Amino acid sequence: MEKLMTRQDDFEDRRKHLKDLSDEELKIRFWDLANQVVEPLIKLAKGHTTPAIERSVLLRMGFSSIEAKAIVDRVVDYGLIGKGAGHVVYKVAKMKNVSIREAGLSLIEGNYWDEVLSSFGVMK
Amino acid sequence: MKLKPNEKLDIRELLKDIKDYRPKRRGWVWRNHVPNLNMNGYTYREVSTPLKNNIPLPAAKYFNQIDPQPLPVITTEIASGRFEDDIRRMRMAAWHGADHIMVIRTAGQSHFDGLIEGTPQGVGGIPVTRKQVRLQRKALDLIEEEVGRPINYHSYVSGVAGPDIAVMFAEEGVNGAHQDPQYNVLYRNINMVRSFVDAAESKKVMAWADILQIDGAHNANATARDAWKVMPELFVQHAINCAFSTKVGMKKENIALSTVPPTASPAPDLRINLPYAVALREFFSEYKMRAQMNTKYMESSTREATVTHVLNLLISKLTSADIQSTITPDEGRNVPWHMYNVEACDTAKQALIGMDGLMDMIELKDEGYLREKSRELKERAILFFEEMLENGGYFNAVEKGFFIDSGIYPERNGDGIVRNMEGGVSANSVYQRDEDYFAPVTAHFGYNNISQYDDELLDNPSKLIDGSTFEKPEKIVFIDELDEDDNVYKRLDETEKYRLTSFVKPEVEWLADGVVVVDLVFPTDKRHAEVCALEIGKRMNLTDVEVIHREVLHLSEGTRIQLKGKVPFDIDLSSLTIPEEPEELSDDEIRNYVKDKGLKVVAATVGEDEHSVGMREIIDIKHGGIEKYGIDCVYLGTSVPIEKLVDAAIETNADAILASTIISHDEIHYKNMKKLHEVAIEKGIRDEVIIICGGTQVSPDYAKKQGIDAGFGRGTKGVHVASFLVKRKQEMLHED
Repeated sequence: MEKLMTRQDDFEDRRKHLKDLSDEELKIRFWDLANQVVEPLIKLAKGHTTPAIERSVLLRMGFSSIEAKAIVDRVVDYGLIGKGAGHVVYKVAKMKNVSIREAGLSLIEGNYWDEVLSSFGVMK
Repeated sequence: MKLKPNEKLDIRELLKDIKDYRPKRRGWVWRNHVPNLNMNGYTYREVSTPLKNNIPLPAAKYFNQIDPQPLPVITTEIASGRFEDDIRRMRMAAWHGADHIMVIRTAGQSHFDGLIEGTPQGVGGIPVTRKQVRLQRKALDLIEEEVGRPINYHSYVSGVAGPDIAVMFAEEGVNGAHQDPQYNVLYRNINMVRSFVDAAESKKVMAWADILQIDGAHNANATARDAWKVMPELFVQHAINCAFSTKVGMKKENIALSTVPPTASPAPDLRINLPYAVALREFFSEYKMRAQMNTKYMESSTREATVTHVLNLLISKLTSADIQSTITPDEGRNVPWHMYNVEACDTAKQALIGMDGLMDMIELKDEGYLREKSRELKERAILFFEEMLENGGYFNAVEKGFFIDSGIYPERNGDGIVRNMEGGVSANSVYQRDEDYFAPVTAHFGYNNISQYDDELLDNPSKLIDGSTFEKPEKIVFIDELDEDDNVYKRLDETEKYRLTSFVKPEVEWLADGVVVVDLVFPTDKRHAEVCALEIGKRMNLTDVEVIHREVLHLSEGTRIQLKGKVPFDIDLSSLTIPEEPEELSDDEIRNYVKDKGLKVVAATVGEDEHSVGMREIIDIKHGGIEKYGIDCVYLGTSVPIEKLVDAAIETNADAILASTIISHDEIHYKNMKKLHEVAIEKGIRDEVIIICGGTQVSPDYAKKQGIDAGFGRGTKGVHVASFLVKRKQEMLHED
């Protein structure tokens, strides 16, 4: 493992640019830096998803935790997670004119996946 | 279902229809400030609405049983591993003033990728499942009615199933939750990219449900080698979670910092902890403070822990605390026991009420050491952030071991926790959202291409599916039990005897666990004392004997040992003769009666008996005896003949005769009682005079059989005798 940096306490040296700031200025600077640190994390979160997020979407769509997991596992296997697991279920419900639950349960049984893939323009 | 104070909470009743139970409300509740509340003649500055049902501090008996409730929400953490026993403890804690019940999760739940279901038993906490959460919320819905104050229910939205849990909590009316992706990263080694992406969704859901968030920064104290040296970093950890949360859409008033005074005595506690607490509250003035107590330096002494915690409470009072968390004083030696949850709540209540209005009288200095030290910490925190950014931001900083280094930043000892972006549990499970990514639900964070289906529903995508579970809770799918053997019904069957019959066993965490503690002092060194204690436990027929606390009184003169073990028997309550408890009137009731009607007694130790201490205890104002109520006491001394005592009663026109009878061989004490009764009859005053006898060997029932009005045994206090006198006198007057 790469050895981590060690350093003597050089606080007095480092703080030179801070020491003349007022308490209020210090606070503003602190929060400005905090926001700079989290901004890219927020951007990352906005544009990405995970199996847990997709399961949480399916829970909200009225599936049990076991069903949600089964659907998301298949969605990941079929490479469709970028579309959203809820989206996959929603699409089947619309295409087949069935309820959201019926659509999800059919997907768990292995039905409709070819149609889903082609509807998203994804090759199997 | 409604609770009655004199009845146990029926777990089987609670389990009925749980499938269809919906929580009463959603969201966090603060206490109501009642400024200048008057109780028993005292004016309180920082207190909240009193409870309807409660158990006051022990000393409240001297203050008309008042139980003023501090302003901060008070937290208790419950971790028995069995939700059905947790619930009983919640009720105990609520009566002692807790209104934030934090349920600890079972070991290992963080790494479980999905929701756990059913009611399996846990280790050091419960598996947080929908059923257990629903049952506990249901129980708290009943308990809050009973105590007359809303109770916040809290657990953890962390691990690799954070978003799943957040949704379940929102649906089930959970009011508070820990959520901090840094906790996953640093302490659970869950992939950091996954943790932050998941956290955004979790926080969005929590914001919708008005769940109060507590961060995880306090864990740095418990992990770091020198707890106080991570102080600069703690600012950074708090700020990352706060800034990330507000950007996701959480309200600042729903974000609480979990902050712990990092060090403890014998370190100079306040000199280190106070500047830190002040600086933190200045930088985070828009956020809430959840003041946690120090756990880092807890050993097996519950006394020592309690003192540390009281000093922590002083810091809360000198600065601020919106939520005052409590740590049970036994946490250093075991998973908390019932009575220590209650003790911890009482410690917080007692200290905060004791310090009520403190800051009206004093203030923290605006110059000198306190100011300089706070300023220094703030600057160190800023420097930490600067270096993080220079190194490419959060992920890179974690990869370089910035966090939990034992040096006080910018000092670096090269022993921080290192995590890799590609490593950890659930690494490489983050996927980019495609342009047509879509999720038709409420409270979903981030990119969502709703307009591909409906341009009108950008703010309300769940309409596309006729409402998500957040709008239509009837859509929630409830899973009951998945494991035939590991569930609450099996556990209830096993302990049914102790719920449904008159058999009892002592307990510390689970019904009928049988655990007892024996407190011992040996005139030996520590090693001998320990081994000797184990032998004593065995000979007392305890099983699973273990030394839980050792304290050197002197290297050779004495060692204190606390021992735990299990009793191998139970007791049938119906086989016991329960002596009637002497009824106590309040001091005021007694005083008022005596003031109105007057009350005179003649008192003596009778027979050939020179013992005077017992009687003096009962009479003397100095010992809290009956004189303090204004009762006129004529004390005749010791070895007083029965006839003389009765004559004195006649001469002084006394309402009562008090006789002390200590010597008991040949039943002389009972013989004297009988004689007292008979002489009073002979002299024609028995109908007007109350005769009371007391002594260490007196059995109240047997004494009464001798014809006297009452007998009092060991442990009797003046108040018992005075209460009896007043009540008997009232009865006699009514008869007239």
